[in-house]
Amino acid sequence: MAVTVSRESDSVATPTQRALKEAFYAGAIALGLFVLFIGLKTGQNMSNELVLTQRWGLLAAVVIATAVGRFLYVAYGQPFMANQKIANVATGLLPASVGSRFFTLPAFIVAVVAAVLLFAFNSSLAGWVGAEPAGYLQFLRALAVIYLLACVIYYFRAFIHANFTKLGITALVLYPILVVAVLSLNAWSIAGGLQGSLKWVDNFGIQILIYVMLAWGLNIVVGLAGLLDLGYVAFYALGAYAYALLATQYGLSFWILLPAAGCMAALWGVLLGFPVLRLRGDYLAIVTLAFGEIIRLVLINWREVTNGSAGISGIPKVSFFGLVTFNVSDPNYIAKVLHIATSSAYYKIFLYYLILGLCLLTAFVTIRLRRLPVGRAWEALREDEIACRSLGINTTTTKLTAFATGAMFGGFAGSFFAARQGFVSPESFVFLESAIILAIVVLGGMGSLVGIAVAAMVMIGGTEALRELDFLKQIFGPDFTPELYRMLLFGMAMVIVMLWKPRGFVGSREPTAFLKERRAVSSSFTKEGHG
Amino acid sequence: MQYFVQQLINGLTLGSIYGLIAIGYTMVYGIIGMINFAHGDIFMVGAFTALIVFLILGALFYSVPVVIALLVMMIVAMLLTSLYNWTIEKVAYRPLRGSFRLAPLITAIGMSIALSNFVQVTQGPRNKPIPPMVSQVYNIDGVSVSLKQIIIVIVTALLLVVFWYLVNRTSLGRAQRACEQDRKMAALLGVDVDRTISITFIMGASLAAVAGTLFLMYYGVVAFSDGFVPGVKAFTAAVLGGIGSLPGAVLGGLLIGFIESMWSAYFSIDYKDVAAFSILAIVLIFLPSGILGRPEVEKV
Repeated sequence: MAVTVSRESDSVATPTQRALKEAFYAGAIALGLFVLFIGLKTGQNMSNELVLTQRWGLLAAVVIATAVGRFLYVAYGQPFMANQKIANVATGLLPASVGSRFFTLPAFIVAVVAAVLLFAFNSSLAGWVGAEPAGYLQFLRALAVIYLLACVIYYFRAFIHANFTKLGITALVLYPILVVAVLSLNAWSIAGGLQGSLKWVDNFGIQILIYVMLAWGLNIVVGLAGLLDLGYVAFYALGAYAYALLATQYGLSFWILLPAAGCMAALWGVLLGFPVLRLRGDYLAIVTLAFGEIIRLVLINWREVTNGSAGISGIPKVSFFGLVTFNVSDPNYIAKVLHIATSSAYYKIFLYYLILGLCLLTAFVTIRLRRLPVGRAWEALREDEIACRSLGINTTTTKLTAFATGAMFGGFAGSFFAARQGFVSPESFVFLESAIILAIVVLGGMGSLVGIAVAAMVMIGGTEALRELDFLKQIFGPDFTPELYRMLLFGMAMVIVMLWKPRGFVGSREPTAFLKERRAVSSSFTKEGHG
Repeated sequence: MQYFVQQLINGLTLGSIYGLIAIGYTMVYGIIGMINFAHGDIFMVGAFTALIVFLILGALFYSVPVVIALLVMMIVAMLLTSLYNWTIEKVAYRPLRGSFRLAPLITAIGMSIALSNFVQVTQGPRNKPIPPMVSQVYNIDGVSVSLKQIIIVIVTALLLVVFWYLVNRTSLGRAQRACEQDRKMAALLGVDVDRTISITFIMGASLAAVAGTLFLMYYGVVAFSDGFVPGVKAFTAAVLGGIGSLPGAVLGGLLIGFIESMWSAYFSIDYKDVAAFSILAIVLIFLPSGILGRPEVEKV
């Protein structure tokens, strides 16, 4: 009896002690890491010499925060997570017990009331409490709306999970219409709604979809064929410059140049792939990285053609097959044809549907290719190259087709990017872009189209959303610029998501050939390939 | 001829810095088979630490002899940078060991982005220039050799000797080589694999920190984004020499340094990086596992 009692006291006392110890270590390490970088800041004085300013208060705050965070994690977080794992081995992202505790009906009603009240009295509240607390109120309103959406999603989770693809495509098709409708209602005018929708359609919609398309293109190379490509951005750059140069120099139309840019990128994919695809694994990775850098350096230095780092501007806009254009001065400008008010939002909405169409094309081709012999050869190659060769698959041509197909979609995305920006410069095609695209593919779960789309939405949408966090200025003072922390948080998010789900959001694979019924292949049965 | 010798000396200096960084890549690759993408930024952190220590020394003392200043900078940079690399390995790579191959690569890229932006956020985005620490230049038979270059080459040579001794003559080095060949077997024979891998990261980071200090001394300026280009070049050097091979890393570093300085001297300075990368591609086409690398044995 006594033994059990002492054991119980052990198991109660130990986690806290352990947590204290861990917190102390974490604090000590944080102190070591940050003492020079946060404790001191190098700045320039009047005579342009470097001087140090001291920030010991900030350092102490960061160290204490690290220690406390570690303590809370070890003392409460870890046991809690362990319990959750025992209770919910089978469920996915959010353990159901946490979900049902978090999304309750009373809280839902409170959130509805809060959101409705805050929306209804938005303007009068701002006058009543002053500008600064009004910022907090708007934040509260946003939180309530997000909570409501999360509640609805949670309630219909089974339905959403079952029809994810259809629902996703429907939502994407309706997205600009919904944005314009909601904003028009909010501003009580359609013109205001169109104007306000620019940000949402362009910064969020188009930006995310470009990355979705790029990631789906790279997915063919990395996810299906298992070839690690660290220079994918090179094909994106080739497509963009192909469109930019041919459109500005020869005035060719986007609809001719889109396939041309794709073909050109594919050609370069073959040209690059031919000599280097004999290489394996990481050697291939470094050569593709080198290729990406070479393309960028040539774009910077070949000034006669590419105009160097200054880039090419004045790239013509896309027209709707020449029937309707988006230049205000043209006789067949969309507003003149349809007799509606002039707005720059039409072009963005058109571009949104264009990139959505290109994305769907990529997805369609990928899904179909997976069922063709060449797609099956890619996947076989990823799983076991030697077995492939012994079964008579020509590995070189198989790899080449994967490389060229992936490159082609990169080229498509590139020419779309050039048309959307109206300006290209080598700045847009740095290695970081390749890394981001690769990260999206891996975070989404290699080979899974849905997972990759979700990963793109989370990572790109998340970093874009960080641009909108102006209310934080009210908390941390006007000098605080949340944008600076964008890439820092992006990098940390990459690490955290990978640690949390090493196989990506969707780790399982759908088989293309099956006997009676289609069953997902669990991630633990799939290899990553090493070719 | 004098011009050629001059370029040879410049290439040797550059190559020494690349070689020091490349060793970190190649050791980590050899022992756990991952590309440590954050290594270039570890090098940048080393250079920044050296910069801050230099400023502290300048603020505290009226004048410090250059040798002592350099030594202090190097030692502090080595310690702190090792701490960074150790922490990164522990937090971001160790939980993913045994997971699939691309997972640690992605966390490494994430760490690289996070590190450079951390330095940008805390220290500001601008270039940080320091007054020249060493400015003597010797003129030998028409070839000018600066003291900076001599220091770089001597420090690199000394470190390589120490390093060679550590890897080839100590029990620690033996443990490392054992882990490199077969981690499971090494663990069965009583080698503490986790500790050995941690030490590998610490060693790589210390060499990168020295490279960072030398870089700061040589160029007199550092910025938060300076990790990427030397990192990629050092990685190229490691692959060129045969990744996993320590002499290969040094050889590759020197080669990249020579190619760069020769190309900028005789052809065009704009395309020196293009030349380095193209030569990498060409070498790999003919020697698929680098110059000194062991060809991969295909196991069925």
